[in-house]
Amino acid sequence: MVRPDTFHEVREHLAGLSDTELEARFWELSNDVVKPLIDLARTHTSPSIERSVLMRMGIDSRTCMAVVSECETRGYLGHGAGHVVYLCMQAWSCDAPAAAARLAAGEGWEIPAEKFGGAR
Amino acid sequence: MSDMLPPLDPCTKIDIQSLLDGLADYRPRRHGWTWRKAVPAQKMYEFTYHETSELLKQSVPLPAAHYFDNIDPQPDCVVTTEIASGRPEDDIRRMRMAAWHGADHIMVIRTAGQSHIDGLLEGTPEGVGGIAVTRKQCRLTRRALDLIEDEVGRPINYHSYVSGVAGPEIAVMFAEEGVNGAHQDPQYNVLYRNINMYRSFVDAAVAKRVMARSGILQIDGAHNANATAVRAWKVMPELLVQHAINCAYSVAVGMPKEQIALSTVPPDAAPAPCMRMDMPYAIALRDLFGEYKMRAQQNTRYMEADSREATVSHVLNLVISRLTSADIQSTITPDEGRNVPWHYNNIAAVNTAKQSMVGMDGLREIVKIDRENPELKTRVRELKERAVLFLEAMIADGGYFAGVEDAYFVDSGEYPETNDDGIARSSDGGVAEGTIVPRADDYMAPVCDHFGDNHLPEGLEHPCDLIGGCTMCDDSKVPFTDELDPEDNVNARLAATAEMRVHGLIKPEVEWAGDGIVAVTMFLPVSDRIAEAAALELGRSMNLTDCEVINKQVMHPAEGTLIELKGRLDIAIDPKTLTIPEIPEVLTDEEIRDFVHERGLKAVAATVGQDEHSVGMREIIDIKHGGLEKWGLDVTYLGTSVPVEKVLDAAIEHAASIVLISTIITHGDMHRRNMEKLADLAAEKGVRDKLILIAGGTQVTDELACGWGMDAGFGRKTHGIDVASFVVKTMRERGM
Repeated sequence: MVRPDTFHEVREHLAGLSDTELEARFWELSNDVVKPLIDLARTHTSPSIERSVLMRMGIDSRTCMAVVSECETRGYLGHGAGHVVYLCMQAWSCDAPAAAARLAAGEGWEIPAEKFGGAR
Repeated sequence: MSDMLPPLDPCTKIDIQSLLDGLADYRPRRHGWTWRKAVPAQKMYEFTYHETSELLKQSVPLPAAHYFDNIDPQPDCVVTTEIASGRPEDDIRRMRMAAWHGADHIMVIRTAGQSHIDGLLEGTPEGVGGIAVTRKQCRLTRRALDLIEDEVGRPINYHSYVSGVAGPEIAVMFAEEGVNGAHQDPQYNVLYRNINMYRSFVDAAVAKRVMARSGILQIDGAHNANATAVRAWKVMPELLVQHAINCAYSVAVGMPKEQIALSTVPPDAAPAPCMRMDMPYAIALRDLFGEYKMRAQQNTRYMEADSREATVSHVLNLVISRLTSADIQSTITPDEGRNVPWHYNNIAAVNTAKQSMVGMDGLREIVKIDRENPELKTRVRELKERAVLFLEAMIADGGYFAGVEDAYFVDSGEYPETNDDGIARSSDGGVAEGTIVPRADDYMAPVCDHFGDNHLPEGLEHPCDLIGGCTMCDDSKVPFTDELDPEDNVNARLAATAEMRVHGLIKPEVEWAGDGIVAVTMFLPVSDRIAEAAALELGRSMNLTDCEVINKQVMHPAEGTLIELKGRLDIAIDPKTLTIPEIPEVLTDEEIRDFVHERGLKAVAATVGQDEHSVGMREIIDIKHGGLEKWGLDVTYLGTSVPVEKVLDAAIEHAASIVLISTIITHGDMHRRNMEKLADLAAEKGVRDKLILIAGGTQVTDELACGWGMDAGFGRKTHGIDVASFVVKTMRERGM
């Protein structure tokens, strides 16, 4: 939409605000803008987020890629890739890198399947 | 673990191989950002500074510093340099040079295309316009910077980019590897990298939370709107909005405000009256974002190939920084408008900032911005109101995502004016579209610093207690991945240039070791298009290959054109083949001046024989050429074609202790006879012991002159300091 500069017509409701009030209004609106974005982030995850979880579990990037990719295929991302690895750590009594390595090699996917249901 | 490598020696090049050895075991010695330590009322030489910080242990001061006891005052703000060679091993050498000139924020540009790679890269593949950001590259760089910061005596912040599709992973890797600062702004992904908007914001929340934990200073991406805008002076209200969205979003995910820096740039450049246009914006920004840090960037929107013009623009930007505020003063190399930045232009940019900031030290105490000036006051208020109107309308239209779909951003109109030419992105389009997934009711991530819903078992002190610790809490859990590509890596590249290093061969370079690139500046007395073609031909005649005109400027449409040409010179010099003249030992100005004053030293000088030359002698005598008068020596110049007898009589008459004669070398041996005659006459008159006899001339050598009875001979390229130093040293030796 092309619109000429209507600043002087549309600013009337701001004219009466003090500088402090105007600045407060700026921040109130900014917080309003980001609120739904934060809600989206709080309730969603992504492949990169899940790989970042596995990284924090001490797993190298190639293994993170393999495990998360398989989680995506099997529809487990929403449960958390770290969750999948955690279940296997418990089942195999091993640390996270060892569990992830076995998952990356195609082993043990029945363990999350038992909890989250079968592959997509 | 801190490093076991020996400290750097200022006379030895940094050894990349030793940095690579044992890299798998290297761990960063600190995390998080470091600010400079301000020193109020710092005294240096004869001056007191109001806005400087702790000094460097070793540095290269500004060129004119030798007039001021070689002081190298460091401004109070952090100074950034952006490095983009594409090879980490070459970046490191440039970082060391930049640090010696005052950079303590090293921002390494990453390779084109990495922002679209959904995952981490590993190893050290060569990049285009920047390096591939990898764990090995970060670790290598941080390890080098540890040594470099010890060498200069000030912490150096290493900075990279948490943008693109793999933001959360890069943030974790940066936290693990001790990266100190990073760009993170989901709006940058959406607008300039066309990454899906949902994915960008979802990822950003996790990335920011991880950065917050590690103390990584965040810099936003709003300056890109300035760099992209059709009319940069129209984009100011939107810039305020973009800064606010990233700030508010970061705070909402738990990042402290003092860890958030705004990347702000004066939007305009001359010939616009840019200072008057940009100052209200700088003030409005600092009014609204007073709790945040300011990273003052320099204008790139109006940067052309002329490095002089770019430098002036940057100095004008620096005036705004100094009169308002800057926590970080970024620099752009003056050649960025023509090519990927060259080594020495990083130094040029750092020095432009240092010189300007130090030169304007304390200026804001006496030159104040007139906040009551009607034009300024109105404009500051107007910009804030326009930004508020932008936010109100965007919310009314459905919020941020709807606003991006409606092309609210980077429109060439000043909001509420719009020209319908903004960047529009579709919420169901872009790279990595459709990749976010709702978190299930049992979603769980058993690690620390994770943002969002996380259904961990109750009773845990730390989320990672569940798995026996995470890399955020236990550094020993951080893995290392080495090279994945056997050909495209640092080892292969170093092997290709090994011969040069082993034999110490010298080859010019601007970007990479041994690249052979040189620049030639020439004025050609023809119009620009002919000049350009002629310059390329001249370059080839100079044995340059890959010649390219990197800048041309019309001096006059017909009279001529200035050309800057680059080309490759495939020649390496072996230093063993060079004859390097010894540096004559000279005394300090103070030492010479004291000696001259104590004794009230006098000299007589003349050009002898049938010789009318006086230029050389004048250079040795005159104060304006740095001649003997500079140290208070009383010199009587007798003129040209003066007989030797007259010279000696004048010396006796003036009670001079120094006699200077200038002579050309003649076929008739007049020069020899004049020198011998002067020495003999002095002996006859019984004054030889009281006089220092010196002969000079373009072809005179010390050996010849001494052989003919002089105390010294000085030839071409002699300066007053050489003669003065000789006189003082000789008089001391002889007890004169």
